[in-house]
Amino acid sequence: MSLNYGQNSVGLVTAEKVLIDTPLTLACGTVLPSHELMVETYGCLNTDKSNAILICHALSGHHHAAGFYEGDDKPGWWDDYIGPGKPMDSNRFFIVSLNNIGSCFGSTGPTSTNPATGEAWGAQFPPLRARDWVESQKLLMEKLGIDRWAAVIGGSLGGMQAMRWSLEHPDKVANSIVIASSMRLSAQNIAFNEIARRAIKSDPQFFNGDYLKQGAAPRHGLALARMIGHVTYLSDELMGQKFGRELRSGDFTQGESAPIEFQIESYLNYQGDKFSGGFDANSYILITKMLDYFDLAREYHNNPVEAFSHAQCDFLVISFSSDWRFSPQRSREIVDALIGAEKNVSYAEIESDQGHDAFLLPNPRYEQVLAKYLSRVADQLEGQAT
Amino acid sequence: MSQDLSFISQWVKANSRVLDLGCGDGTLLAELKQRLAIKGYGLEIDPVSIEQCIAKGVNVIEQDLNNSLHNFPDNSFDTVIMTQALQAMRYPHLVLDEMLRIGSECIITFPNFGHWRARLYLSIFGRMPVTKQLAYQWYDTPNIHFFTYRDFEVLCRERNIHVIKKQFVGERFPDRQLKNLWPNLFAETAVYHLSK
Repeated sequence: MSLNYGQNSVGLVTAEKVLIDTPLTLACGTVLPSHELMVETYGCLNTDKSNAILICHALSGHHHAAGFYEGDDKPGWWDDYIGPGKPMDSNRFFIVSLNNIGSCFGSTGPTSTNPATGEAWGAQFPPLRARDWVESQKLLMEKLGIDRWAAVIGGSLGGMQAMRWSLEHPDKVANSIVIASSMRLSAQNIAFNEIARRAIKSDPQFFNGDYLKQGAAPRHGLALARMIGHVTYLSDELMGQKFGRELRSGDFTQGESAPIEFQIESYLNYQGDKFSGGFDANSYILITKMLDYFDLAREYHNNPVEAFSHAQCDFLVISFSSDWRFSPQRSREIVDALIGAEKNVSYAEIESDQGHDAFLLPNPRYEQVLAKYLSRVADQLEGQAT
Repeated sequence: MSQDLSFISQWVKANSRVLDLGCGDGTLLAELKQRLAIKGYGLEIDPVSIEQCIAKGVNVIEQDLNNSLHNFPDNSFDTVIMTQALQAMRYPHLVLDEMLRIGSECIITFPNFGHWRARLYLSIFGRMPVTKQLAYQWYDTPNIHFFTYRDFEVLCRERNIHVIKKQFVGERFPDRQLKNLWPNLFAETAVYHLSK
């Protein structure tokens, strides 16, 4: 069966629902007595349990990062980078990918039942911070019997988790790989997130976040939110190349009165509708706020060098030239702080016209940088093992 | 290890912080790390060199030296090194100033264009020298500033740069015998240890 998926695919995968029954105290003070996480793993954990990689997903991500579900023809969201012989080589690493709490793909979140009320949490789900995801991941780590991650990897919000891991549990992380990320969002970034939230809340089907009880869903608002987000994840250049001013219907001939639709309009509407059919609006609000709240150095006197002085791991930082939502300058700030804190760090600025989305897409140089870095990590592990 | 690199490793202090501008494939930093346990970072823009550094476990930062180095604070490194790259900078004198701002000390190596072989090439053939060390045609060379040992001495004097030590490299006859006697004619490469 796996032959059909190609030699460098992890092949057919299934997700597992893991119950974490250790209480989790969130940053806001709320205690989740237990929670559930959807988890996928690829590759095998070695005997000394030292070859585990944690994948941290971004705003709309989930546990299905690689391989195929039965009957699906589309693989997981990071399949270009995870698999046998790929940068995150499942022949050498045990790769753990989960859906984080507050999201909506089966892990505990706004759509799951609040044990206190017997009803869905909805808008009552406690506010979350990136560190809450880290603490939940730490409980999963213990459950899996892993003592130290060979690497924690993530793009965007995922990179924020990778950085937070290095500060919260310095002895539990050997390498932190931070891709297209930032130590904190700019005002412009927060502004885009707020427009997206306002779009959702303005939908009459939102019912102040209690739409589940009403049997409704703010689909239009969520689609609009995603359309705004989507524009910011692409570059002007790429949109120009892909769509230009091509028309999907109608034309500008004198006397023609049929409505005119540009290709980009149709594309964006399609993306928005597709997304709003599969994502929960309360989760979107919750996680965009989580992005806004993140500030790596807040509790370290707003001094990033001081913050990173607590880390013990090595770092790889990657940015993409056309990413204006998490621009290369944001990554350079991370690098400068790491050099100031005398941490081992390498930094690559990958030429790409794909905007912020580049971290999810195939790119030979990006692949090489990741592959070279991780293959050295694996070499070291395997050298130690023998 | 080449001779200029062996001079450098004598001048760099153990456990110090080293910044290598234009670090190439990371050979020097890897060597210094192994021998002297330095904390080193290299700046580089060539994608292949960057991958080679990463594969070696050398800290490499993708940054163009011709753009600003302002992200590095004053005196944030013990030694700032630049090997065989000053002649490729857009404004060598400004890069030199930046190196001395960022590092307490600097080490610079450069090809001496006053070497007799270069002079002979130009005077006999009437064409710009193409040597083993500078193996480019004039139109495709990254080396956009040709200068001699003496030119560099004058620059240091003009900018009040203190020369702690200098060494000359010339492996072949008669360079090896004469390089210290008449460096501007017989040194192929000059290696400078500088401070403010």
